[in-house]
Amino acid sequence: MTTQDIIQVILFFSLLIGLTPVLGNYMYKVFTGNKHVMLPVFGWLEKLTYRFTGVNPDGETNWKSYTFGLLIFNLTGFVFVFLIQLLQVFLPLNPAHLPNVSWHSAFNTAVSFTTNTNWQGYSGETTLGYFVQMIGLTVQNFVSAATGIAVLLALIRGISRKTTEKLGNFWTDLTRSILYVLLPLSILLSVILVSQGVIQNFKPYETIKTLQGATQVIPMGPAASQIAIKQLGTNGGGFFNTNSAHPFENPTPFSNLIEMLAILLIPSSLTYTYGKMVGSTRQGWAVFSAMFILLIAGLVISLYAEYSANPIFRHLPRMEGKETRFGITNSILWSTSTTAASNGSVNAMHDSLSPLAGMVAMLNIMLGEVIFGGVGAGLYGMVIFIILTVFIAGLMVGRTPEYLGKKIEAFEVQMAIIAVLVPNFVILLFSAWASVINPGLSGLNNSGPHGFSEILYAYSSAAGNNGSAFAGLNANTLFYNVTLGIGMLLGRFGVIIPVMAIAGNMAGKKITPLSAGTFRTDNGLFISLLVGVILIVGGLTHFPALSLGPIVEHLLMNGGITF
Amino acid sequence: MSSKQNTSIFNRKILFKAAIDSVIKLNPALLIKNPVIFIVAIGSLLTTIMVLAGIFQGNFSPFNLQIAVWLWFTVLFANFSEAIAEGRGKAQADSLRKNRTQTKALKLVGKQQVPVWANDLKKGDIVICETGDIIPSDGEVIEGIASVDESAITGESAPVIRESGGDRSAVTGGTKVISDRIIIRITSEPGNTFIDRMIALVEGAKRQKTPNEIALSILLSGLSMIFLLTVVTLPAFFGYSLSASGFPGSHNLTIPVLIALLVCLIPTTIGGLLSAIGISGMDRLLQRNVIATSGRAIEAAGDVDVLLLDKTGTITLGNRMATDFIPAEGVTVEELADAAQISSLSDETPEGRSIVVLAKEKFNIRGRDVHHLNASFIPFSAQSRMSGVDIRDSDGKVHQIRKGSSDAIRTFVQNNNGFYPQNIKDIVSGLSRQGATPLVVAEDNKVLGVVHLKDIVKGGIKQRFAELRKMGIKTVMITGDNTLTAAAIAAEAGVDDFMAEAKPEDKLRRIREEQANGHLVGMIGDGTNDAPALAQADIGIAMNSGTQAAREAGNMVDLDSNPTKLIEVVKVGKQLLMTRGALTTFSIANDVAKYFAIIPAIALSLYSGKNGVGPLSALNVMHLGSPQSAIMSAVIFNAIIIILLVPLALKGVRYRPVSAKSALTRNLLVFGVGGILAPFIGIKLIDLIINL
Repeated sequence: MTTQDIIQVILFFSLLIGLTPVLGNYMYKVFTGNKHVMLPVFGWLEKLTYRFTGVNPDGETNWKSYTFGLLIFNLTGFVFVFLIQLLQVFLPLNPAHLPNVSWHSAFNTAVSFTTNTNWQGYSGETTLGYFVQMIGLTVQNFVSAATGIAVLLALIRGISRKTTEKLGNFWTDLTRSILYVLLPLSILLSVILVSQGVIQNFKPYETIKTLQGATQVIPMGPAASQIAIKQLGTNGGGFFNTNSAHPFENPTPFSNLIEMLAILLIPSSLTYTYGKMVGSTRQGWAVFSAMFILLIAGLVISLYAEYSANPIFRHLPRMEGKETRFGITNSILWSTSTTAASNGSVNAMHDSLSPLAGMVAMLNIMLGEVIFGGVGAGLYGMVIFIILTVFIAGLMVGRTPEYLGKKIEAFEVQMAIIAVLVPNFVILLFSAWASVINPGLSGLNNSGPHGFSEILYAYSSAAGNNGSAFAGLNANTLFYNVTLGIGMLLGRFGVIIPVMAIAGNMAGKKITPLSAGTFRTDNGLFISLLVGVILIVGGLTHFPALSLGPIVEHLLMNGGITF
Repeated sequence: MSSKQNTSIFNRKILFKAAIDSVIKLNPALLIKNPVIFIVAIGSLLTTIMVLAGIFQGNFSPFNLQIAVWLWFTVLFANFSEAIAEGRGKAQADSLRKNRTQTKALKLVGKQQVPVWANDLKKGDIVICETGDIIPSDGEVIEGIASVDESAITGESAPVIRESGGDRSAVTGGTKVISDRIIIRITSEPGNTFIDRMIALVEGAKRQKTPNEIALSILLSGLSMIFLLTVVTLPAFFGYSLSASGFPGSHNLTIPVLIALLVCLIPTTIGGLLSAIGISGMDRLLQRNVIATSGRAIEAAGDVDVLLLDKTGTITLGNRMATDFIPAEGVTVEELADAAQISSLSDETPEGRSIVVLAKEKFNIRGRDVHHLNASFIPFSAQSRMSGVDIRDSDGKVHQIRKGSSDAIRTFVQNNNGFYPQNIKDIVSGLSRQGATPLVVAEDNKVLGVVHLKDIVKGGIKQRFAELRKMGIKTVMITGDNTLTAAAIAAEAGVDDFMAEAKPEDKLRRIREEQANGHLVGMIGDGTNDAPALAQADIGIAMNSGTQAAREAGNMVDLDSNPTKLIEVVKVGKQLLMTRGALTTFSIANDVAKYFAIIPAIALSLYSGKNGVGPLSALNVMHLGSPQSAIMSAVIFNAIIIILLVPLALKGVRYRPVSAKSALTRNLLVFGVGGILAPFIGIKLIDLIINL
């Protein structure tokens, strides 16, 4: 690594840490109904939305109604996106005359975008027209991210309120997240990206003659707007198949920095919002620190793996699958951030990462997408681990474990276990299935442990709602489209429902006042405990599979064998 | 009860019984209550069947047999830990049962006395007990007073007084009247008496899982499910890797090896010891002569963060002591001391006695015989609120010496046409402010001075409150004294807060307020008027000497009737929770080493070249002898760690009154870091022994 690389990494994290309290504080104002700067700009739109939909913005509901509203809303979105793909030829804004999508691909894509996964079994520019991209996918990019925030808000209210069953209003939370957070930030980011050369048009694909005289079709389209939200909303679904490695998506080093920052910005800032809403910014920073430590640990291992010499290539830099415009450091910084944050956009091909860097990317997802994680989703996933940590370690201080004054009892533990169990169930069982049957194995591009890693990565990505892939896997098949689709659904709602149940149950509890006998959750000891529990639970669950994938591949590579 | 003689963990009789019980507990209906161990049992059974099938097919596998044997031992060891904890309770129950002999009772039917069997007595029946009778059942004295030998339940040989009315009216079935005669109304149905319930509790017969135990069981079951997933999917991953390395699929992992891996990963250590920890918590309370009506109560004791403590008896010694004589103007201190002593010579109250002692110590005024002085004693009465003596001097004139409260003496002096001086008033209010009780002494119409009576705060109580504060527990002193007095004593004792001039209903209100603010409240009480507060408190400890109503209302009974017991109870509760947390952490941390033993062992040949040693052998950081010995060592370690930790489960982790943070740091180091390291050493040692 050069000094320049190190400066870039430091710059990136300084910006992230610096912006966290700024945006976090702004979101706190938005979500608690305080006055804020965007109110004069979009306030009329919020009122109009409520009048149009008949929502009473102050009508708070219990966890069941909140969850029911959320599920109905997401189901509607799924059905809509599913149908417009099947009927694409009849729809406008399809200048390339792309045909209707197969039902299983449409199912997979519809699930993928409603669950904030943005796994793309299809190739963007050769499958979906502008109408589906904009009205279907871009809209889902907004609302799926807002859904994550809404769940988080309900959970925070469950933790910070006492002896009530009211958790807020799903529709209000959804509307405010979109109007005041996602929309303004996306507009801002789109403008910046367009200034860097990202395309934003409705032109048909252009056919040009290359210098060699061959003809080439250059895809066009409204890319900047979709890229802005795919980064900010931890969606990750690129406008083009090569995602942010494509020069029209990510043209300059500056656009690269800004897009990377956009991946982590909202999840990171939400930790500050969390602290403010539970009444102690220290609590928010504690959660941030745990996430940050895990992120840095993964980054260091990946960078080490990429920069250390591959005996086969001697000391040549490993540029396979990377954009020369960005180089190793920026590719790894992106790959670590995008997998940690459940984003899934890429600026380098994860399939070509060195085995250990690939393992870190995979493990970031397997740990439950809690290292910043998806918008809202990362933090509510982290609270699940906090509950488990508090329960195990809290007993050791000799009291019934409690978090922020709320006792952690059988119900919370049960729901937390379900939320941890479901994604792991998806990863392990589907990977096992795919690695023993022909439809699973036939999609592999590579043999040996790397082929296995491709399968494992795909289901981890689905279960964690990440969306990135070891692209060696040809996943646009009936088997993969359906199983991955189911995996994404389970990974999303198999966590949201238990989290909402926890929120509802905790809201009804009293708050035990702080004393010297309280197990503190805002100090270094707790942060290291939390990190330890995440690593131990995730590590113990996946160690056997990882050892048969990237670990053995790494050992073999050092012995001079690759796949 | 014999609980004071600490039942040794390794009593041979208990050990033997526990060994037999651990086999009886293989009954699936009992095993299923413990999901983690139930999984191990199913695994053991499967492995055994495979061994037997192998024998019939002519390819007997000694390796599988060894795995089967050690898996069964894992189940047996877990059963054993529970059995030994129960055994200790049973030993105590047996000693209780000895005292519950078949007794006859005299039942009052109208005016007739009918002899009946104690077992036939119903709630509400009236019986008569005389000297030498065993009290047939729990009840309340409705007439008379008697001394009762309660050693059968308390182990205390000194008899106690039981009388109708007041706060000492409850009697317990199985105790013995040693003097006088009392009439008792039976207050419990047959089979549900105090002793019956004690027996049931210590035997663990009615033991239900406590809330925290349920939550922990869910966590353990959840972890087991996750590891089950990890293990059942492994053959698929392994099969892929086999074919990728060019081996036939028939080389895939065998079921016994998978079961061994599963058993090593699921939290068998804490799963096996969980119920032993719970039972021993009850047991440890019993050793302190406290009986909890449920395990839930013990857990709640660990959570209590506000303690309501009665001043008298808990914070101060029951009685006030004279510490000083302050004479009125024109009176020498000796004169005052002499008069005070004379007035107290026949006063048998502790206060009176302390005055006699103080006069003797300070001025060497010796006690004199009252009759010799021609004096007659005037006892304290509620009307006069004074006591003293009338002395007839040589002239035949009667001198009245009185001591009493300031108000009473003023009335007395003024009635004798005397004058109540201002400086006495000043002294009295000064003493009150310091938290003392002033006792004014007068002779006829002249005030002699004031005796300074002081509440004596118990030795060491201040340190205990400081310890409680460190643990995050707030102490509130409850007293009937006025605010001034209460504040002074509160400051001296170091309590966090006090309630002065408190009436029983104030206690109840205070508890509700604290609970509304999220606190868990513990209190100790004895009287009938304490019953509502005892019932409202999260931990209500009734003194055994108290009324039946109080004993019914509380969720614990202190057989020693010692008010400071509350502090002990809190410790036991905290220790119980700590032990669970510590062993859970230990159990999970253990898994790291087991992976490093088993994964390289099973994956040794994968992607191997000609030498048969694949790259994953690099994970064999312990350098275990062979793949088979590695798996065996992990399984054996997993089994014997349960037995090794039984004493810890029964005794509880070491408990010190420190803040949550230092307790956590210490336990994390010992059980978290220790839990990661210990199996590396243990498995390596076992492997060395196997490969000898």
